[in-house]
Amino acid sequence: MTRRNEILISLITLIRKEIKRYLRIWVQTLVPPAVTMSLYFVIFGSLIGPRIGTMDGLDYIQFMIPGLIMMSVITNSYANVVSSFYSVKFQKSIEELLVSPMPNWAILAGFIMGGVSRGVLIGCIVFCVSLFFYPSFTIVNPLLTISVLFLTAILFSLMGFINAIFADSFDDISIIPTFVLTPLIYLGGVFYSINILPDIWRNISMANPMLYVVNTFREGMLGVSDVSIPFALAMIIFFIVILASACLFLLHRGIGTRQ
Amino acid sequence: MSQFALEITDLKKTYDSDVVALKGINLSVKEGDFFALLGPNGAGKSSTIGIIASLVTKTGGKVKIFDIDTDDDFAEAKRLLGVVSQEINFNNFEKVIDIVTTQAGFYGIPLKDSKQKTEITLKRLGLWEKRNEQARTLSGGFKRRLMIAKALIHEPKLLILDEPTAGVDIELRREMWEFLKEINAQGTTIILTTHYLEEAEQLCKNIAIIDHGELVENTSMKDLLSRLDVQGFVLDIDKPLDQPPSIPDYPITLKDSTTLSVAIKKDQSINHLFDKLSALGINVSSMRNESNRLEEMFIEMVKKN
Repeated sequence: MTRRNEILISLITLIRKEIKRYLRIWVQTLVPPAVTMSLYFVIFGSLIGPRIGTMDGLDYIQFMIPGLIMMSVITNSYANVVSSFYSVKFQKSIEELLVSPMPNWAILAGFIMGGVSRGVLIGCIVFCVSLFFYPSFTIVNPLLTISVLFLTAILFSLMGFINAIFADSFDDISIIPTFVLTPLIYLGGVFYSINILPDIWRNISMANPMLYVVNTFREGMLGVSDVSIPFALAMIIFFIVILASACLFLLHRGIGTRQ
Repeated sequence: MSQFALEITDLKKTYDSDVVALKGINLSVKEGDFFALLGPNGAGKSSTIGIIASLVTKTGGKVKIFDIDTDDDFAEAKRLLGVVSQEINFNNFEKVIDIVTTQAGFYGIPLKDSKQKTEITLKRLGLWEKRNEQARTLSGGFKRRLMIAKALIHEPKLLILDEPTAGVDIELRREMWEFLKEINAQGTTIILTTHYLEEAEQLCKNIAIIDHGELVENTSMKDLLSRLDVQGFVLDIDKPLDQPPSIPDYPITLKDSTTLSVAIKKDQSINHLFDKLSALGINVSSMRNESNRLEEMFIEMVKKN
């Protein structure tokens, strides 16, 4: 067997292990986003939404759907990788990987694909839930939608990986999602268009990276956006390259993984 | 192919906390050997094993596994190496069979083959009946066996065990010894660290002792034990005594009325002692070492260092 085949088998093994992990605890991983998003659709979509009227010329619930899907994808892909990789560090089962001939890139790819699969799966679940509340929803640009879905899941899985590398306690893996990620997502155009903000807040919002992710996805699903799509896509890909390089550097140096 | 399973040259490790764990050790282990790596706590044994297994990054030096320099091709070297760590390092919430099959997958073994190999390895280690149990439900002894099963799944030519029998009861420990002897006889080179010096004496052909990050001894077990100047023996006698018999040059103490303790120097004959005891009408019914010989040697060497 060639070395390439061996690496491929080891990568598939790790991805299978990661997927089995979150499917085994599906009540903790798959059900909560569906329940939470249903509540958002009921309260903000069906009850409050009609009183708000339209946003960027769209029904409020229709405007909200891409934002809520993106919110679920971001939080779940991040959470999957940060909790899984920190757990293997905590339990020392990372040694199973480190003593094996798996190259660092395959270890990274295995965890990232695990996070991406969960993020995309949750995105699909939330989309299905949204159809109960807005059955006539149609996707304007499926290619852009799917591309952004995967790119976003990759980007935030990589962020989760870096968080896990530096984490020394379970507190460390909840600080960034709670105090950084969540506020940025909520202020990143999930529930509103930045065009309704005063100039100063609109300019400040332009510095929020979540705005680009959410709006690019909204462009794919609905054909409306507050930002330049080529610029946003370029920035997402740029940060994926930077973060993936950083992860590989950290793994190569053994920072957070080897003594 | 080199005749050495492991060659370590000038291996150094200084941790971030400025603790110097290894000060440049040199060590060779021949192919097919059963080798003991001993030393007190904090001597540098686990650091050495960690570097060989790529769990610890070295500060300097070279490590070769079957002539493969780990700096040149660590992946190839790792294929030949199996490591049983000191601490439990598997996911306690996974099933036994999944843990071992997954480990095989990490070594690039296809799923179908890894299932077969897992069955063979688990049966060999008496774990097959427990295959569908979560690892956390296993006893300490079975968890140790699982660690060994994981390390053997890719059939390594060099197996390193870092205190594999710590906390394991005597029966299981002896079972493990037999198992390790068997795989060594089949050609697997074994390096063992242990605090049970009886274990090292029973199993190992060659020995190295590390202390304060330096190699203080590297020789054959036989040679090391032959250097012991004085050995303590316990003699059980058939008739009770009130006081120890007085025999010149043989310091004898009475442990209890029917048990004597005697220290015999290297150049003294034990037959001579028996003759003297017989002359005094004392018959010895049984005899044993007062403490493990290697233990005496080990303490002596570590004290000197």
